[in-house]
Amino acid sequence: MSTNINLSRRTFIKATAFVAGGLVIAFSIPYAKRFMQKEQAAAPGQDKPLPVPNAFLRIGTDDSITVMLAHSEMGQGVWTTLPMLIADELDADWSKIKVEHAPAAPDYIHTAYGIQITGGSSTTWSEFDRYRQAGALTRALLIQAAANTWGVAVDSLRTENGFVRNGEQTLSYGQLAEKAAGLETPTHVTLKTPDQWKFIGKPTRRLDSAEKINGTAKFGQDIQFEGLKIGMVARSPVFGTTLASVDDSATLKVSGVIKVVKVPTGVAVIADHYWAAKQGRDALKLTWQTEGKEKPDSAALLKQYSALAQQPGLSAAKAGDTAQALKQAAHTVTAEYVLPYLSHAPMEPLNCAVKITEDGCEIWTGTQMQTTDQGAAAKILGMPPEKVMIHTQFLGGGFGRRANPRADFVSEAVEVAKAAGMPVKTVWSREDDIKGGFYRPMFVHRASIGMDADGKPQAWQHTLVGQSIILGTPFEKVMIKDGIDATSVEGVADSPYVKDLPNHQVELHTMPSAVPVLWWRSVGHSHSAFVMESLIDELAHTAKQDPVAYRRQLLKNHPRHLATLNLAAEKAGWDKPLPEGIFRGIAVHESFGSVVTQIAEVSVKEGQVKVHRMVTAIDCGLAVNPDGVKAQMESSIAFGLGAALSSEISFKDGEVVQSNFHDYQVLRMKDMPKVEVYIVQSSEKMGGVGEPGLPPVAPAVTNAIFAATGKRLRSLPIANQLA
Amino acid sequence: MKLNINGQDTELNVSDDMPILWAIRDIAGLTGTKFGCGMAQCGACTIHLDGQAIRSCVTPVSAAVGKKITTIEAMQDDKVGQVVQAAWQEIDVVQCGYCQSGQIMSATSLLRQNPKPTDADIDNAMSGNICRCGTYQRIKAAIHEAAEKLA
Ligand code: FES
Ligand code: FES
Repeated sequence: MSTNINLSRRTFIKATAFVAGGLVIAFSIPYAKRFMQKEQAAAPGQDKPLPVPNAFLRIGTDDSITVMLAHSEMGQGVWTTLPMLIADELDADWSKIKVEHAPAAPDYIHTAYGIQITGGSSTTWSEFDRYRQAGALTRALLIQAAANTWGVAVDSLRTENGFVRNGEQTLSYGQLAEKAAGLETPTHVTLKTPDQWKFIGKPTRRLDSAEKINGTAKFGQDIQFEGLKIGMVARSPVFGTTLASVDDSATLKVSGVIKVVKVPTGVAVIADHYWAAKQGRDALKLTWQTEGKEKPDSAALLKQYSALAQQPGLSAAKAGDTAQALKQAAHTVTAEYVLPYLSHAPMEPLNCAVKITEDGCEIWTGTQMQTTDQGAAAKILGMPPEKVMIHTQFLGGGFGRRANPRADFVSEAVEVAKAAGMPVKTVWSREDDIKGGFYRPMFVHRASIGMDADGKPQAWQHTLVGQSIILGTPFEKVMIKDGIDATSVEGVADSPYVKDLPNHQVELHTMPSAVPVLWWRSVGHSHSAFVMESLIDELAHTAKQDPVAYRRQLLKNHPRHLATLNLAAEKAGWDKPLPEGIFRGIAVHESFGSVVTQIAEVSVKEGQVKVHRMVTAIDCGLAVNPDGVKAQMESSIAFGLGAALSSEISFKDGEVVQSNFHDYQVLRMKDMPKVEVYIVQSSEKMGGVGEPGLPPVAPAVTNAIFAATGKRLRSLPIANQLA
Repeated sequence: MKLNINGQDTELNVSDDMPILWAIRDIAGLTGTKFGCGMAQCGACTIHLDGQAIRSCVTPVSAAVGKKITTIEAMQDDKVGQVVQAAWQEIDVVQCGYCQSGQIMSATSLLRQNPKPTDADIDNAMSGNICRCGTYQRIKAAIHEAAEKLA
């Protein structure tokens, strides 16, 4: 299969000489795809706005190849994957590749989402064509430059490992870069066929490894420059309440504290260093206007949500007559599932350095959403967005927390620097992070499933209760339809188990609350997969059937599900006996265009759960970097298992109970199971990898716990429910 | 206050109670050592004090006077540190990388005390170092790999 792309029609291309010498490749993407910018796109009198040029690749006269990343590296490995795409088409010398985060600029907007964003497990599939095209185009220009130099036909030349060759003659890409920069760009490039790939599909070591093990990698937290001060903000302990009074007399006596300023989110202490800022903030005497405000309380919320789950909600999916079909069922399974608020707790606490000058603003931070942050900063400062420069640093974890449509931590940092009248790096303590909101929302699900005499489901009624992530954000108009936030019901409303039934009904109650919520690794799937895959296990048990055999039957028209199910079952030895005291559980779930099956092997001793082994099978279509895929499966298991076993954000008297890693517990080394990852050889459409491993983790574990103990866990975390 | 950081005597103008973490990061400008929790819960701030792995976020500078502070920046000149770093690259451990300075400092200290650690030894020594990216399986493999190289 050869991919012939007509660039003259699809894209606008130009090659320009880069200021430092060498070659910059620039081209654009079709505007029509940018769904989040729909409104701007439909400007009056203009069907299609002009394309915006992009720049992805720079070849230096020193042979260096600098790849500009339109996405943020937050651990998921795009610092390596995107260069692999370019290297293959360019026939690059891998050792010459350097990588940089691109600035915040229209050039780098997501090919499907229309803003500059890293999220939705979308980087690799969304850039698969764009980055390969950039590589192919550059190669064509370099060959043309060599052909001109030698006075030979293009066809007689070939490229290899950073050189153009003509028999014994060679010219390096660096030697050709300046000549290539002046050339007319071709209107067609032919992309390589899979059999010609040297990098794509081969396990490839990370390019950011060396700097991340010797302390030189720069995270936002590590930004330091002359005149940059540290800011810490005291925020209200009750969400949605405002400052009543400030007494900063003790704070101002702390050595190293420079000033105290008010900002919309609270009171900021500006100091020479973190320690002074923290001590100064601890010394503030503040009161907050909490009277008459909502004071969330976890026990009360659970009661409220549970009651609502038994009431009709807004319809998210509907077919047939579910109520009638349930009445006729031979067996009915009815159950309520409860999932808590969760904090992302990325390893690097939030931070953002801001320098405001007469003619612009510079921001250094780790962000997953440059466009939104840039826009928010520009609005606060009353300047056009292009005056706001964002220097994206390595992200010390994101998991969704650094992709905030409300641009919370960047906006606040801009407010702090503005109020302080000096460059400030606003930093969050771990307590600020755990108590600071933007949680995975709490959810209650209630389902009734009617089965026939053979145990096959016939009718599915499912009601969800929880807060919307999207409501009140700029994404509302495109992501909420008929009152349904798709991210609230994903994994249920579109589940094959539900959709395949002639009678089904999925309903949603969207809860208003001042508690800020946000997408947390795998978003809605982080709660829905637990519920769906536990329910399927309940059905299999009611039907007295093996959990794998039962799923095979229900998913018989879903080949990708079946492929991962069968591969995982085979590798785990599902049909073989286990050692004494060890029990298995399985779960399969589709999200972000990929399907993953997880099989957990657990033991339960004196109420303590130990997960010994996880066997994972994933179908993500083409795995560009198979070792990167494995790493993301390991990562999803650790992240999902930690949450399933012990993470929970709860509220008492309006305040968050947890504060740091002693009471917001996450997975540690001693609880990490042995993980085996198998990738389905697949020619399906490419899907994501950063998130899809996570959803089936918790239900695989709780299904194994059911096998071990006969106890069905219908809420997370597992904590001491078995004690 | 005079502190010996990575073999160099360094005069820092800091109060006695300032945690070593902030003295080395914000005053001395060595940012390889990370802040993750500030209460000895995550291990991101792990350094060596006279060769012992300690959590620098809860250890005041006064405790380091007359002792040797070693940070991640000095590991490439350390015999065990080099082997550990090489194993980390070989196994391709890192993801976001933020916890990895602390992981390497803890692993190096473990291997100095116990050149042939078992899985259980590694669990014990390393469970104070959180990795939110979940690189634990590879960290364990890299420690075994380094132990083999050192033997
Ligand atoms: S920052 Fe010191 S242990 Fe977490
Ligand atoms: S590599 Fe990200 S926290 Fe460990």
